[in-house]
Amino acid sequence: MPCIITGQIFFMKEVIAFYPILIDGTITTIILTVLSAILALAISFVVGLSRISKFKIVRVLAIIYLEFFRGSSALVQMFFIYFVLPMWGIYFDALTAGVIAIGCNLGAYGSEVVRGGVLAVGKEQHEASLALNYSPYKRYRHVIIPQAIPVMIPTFGNLLIELLKLTAVASLITISDLTFMAHIIRVQTALTLEPFLVILVIYFIIASILVKIVDIIAKKFSRGRNIMIAGEN
Amino acid sequence: MNNIITFDKVSKSFGELKVLDQLNLEVKDGEKLALIGPSGSGKTTILRILMTLETIDSGFVSVNNEYLWHEKINDKVLPATDKHLQKMRDQIGMVFQQFNLFPHLTAIENVKQPQILVKKKNESEAKEKAEDLFNMIGLSDKIDHYPHQLSGGQQQRVAIARALAMDPKIMLFDEVTSALDPELVDEVLAVLRKLAADSDTTMLTVTHEMNFAQDFADRVLFFDAGQIVESGSPKELFSNPREERTKSFLRKFI
Repeated sequence: MPCIITGQIFFMKEVIAFYPILIDGTITTIILTVLSAILALAISFVVGLSRISKFKIVRVLAIIYLEFFRGSSALVQMFFIYFVLPMWGIYFDALTAGVIAIGCNLGAYGSEVVRGGVLAVGKEQHEASLALNYSPYKRYRHVIIPQAIPVMIPTFGNLLIELLKLTAVASLITISDLTFMAHIIRVQTALTLEPFLVILVIYFIIASILVKIVDIIAKKFSRGRNIMIAGEN
Repeated sequence: MNNIITFDKVSKSFGELKVLDQLNLEVKDGEKLALIGPSGSGKTTILRILMTLETIDSGFVSVNNEYLWHEKINDKVLPATDKHLQKMRDQIGMVFQQFNLFPHLTAIENVKQPQILVKKKNESEAKEKAEDLFNMIGLSDKIDHYPHQLSGGQQQRVAIARALAMDPKIMLFDEVTSALDPELVDEVLAVLRKLAADSDTTMLTVTHEMNFAQDFADRVLFFDAGQIVESGSPKELFSNPREERTKSFLRKFI
């Protein structure tokens, strides 16, 4: 039954009838987002902390990583991992290839957030922990990074939304995510506007939920604590 | 008594500015020393060099009969390694002008964490020591407050407790009341006076509080332009300064 919104006729019912594959697509998108986010977070810390290493070689490697993944297209990186690497005998299934490409890409951006957050912690905190004879590892682990995390969280939240949106390109390497499913519905129903309108709304709902989760995490990390943000104090 | 700290012709410059010029200084074990003098005269730099926060350009610093910034390896005197500095740092504690408490930890966690991480104490030993110290600084009712919930004077007392918890042989106090509102200065100085009277720890304090220096110190050093101009007991130095520079400096405080 056509429904009427702003004078335009939509065939929503035909699209909604495909709800089982829309749910599958939503689940795949969420799995892809969560796995990529975990990889991106790990890379963010490894590369971000390498940027401030006292060893020059470590710093240089981190910069090469950052510039490579930030400076080239995520889609091309994904094609490279999925289509080119098998030519050299390295095979990944589509989901793994997608997670690696998205994780590595967002990890590059995330490393700048980690670096910025750590550098925002004042020199006096380094001196205080040195005076208490903390080793460099303990200094970062127990003093500097715990203070840097609340500073990082809002920017990480933005990156997480970027990551979610980037997962849409994974449909191009046959991952059956939301965008992939929209294409299927489009082919089956010959409708174009409606399937994409539906997934637009679903992406928006997922993004809103992620924003809420990041807010809760941010509150948890700042409860009862004086978060030092650069420029304050 | 033995010298616990020796500076032997120590020089230190920041760019063009020479903050220590061939400085010689000896501090006896257990001595309470007050360093006074105009700003930029190198007093704080002495503490920062001892805390290994600042390197030296030339000369030798010894702590407890061992070089601080050098190491003797096969009869050769070489620049100190990180490992050596870490060993030496264990004997020294410092309290900073800006308190520098860890803002993400409560007051008691600030005092417990270094004992557990550095001194390898277990939770209950660290807690017991921390509670004794909070009793001593008069803040037993504030142990679970975060630093930003405490006044400047209270934060500074916690910082003193945190440094003492590490049982240092030498305590360094760097203008510990300079960042405080005037009405909060006395509560911090009271803790330090009590410490100076009760403990045999060697203490060096940089201060602009002349009355406090008088009560606290066994010996007062007057610094100017990177050198010790005059040194003596508080009584000698404050009531009967010999040098013209000392006299004109002290006049500003009377």
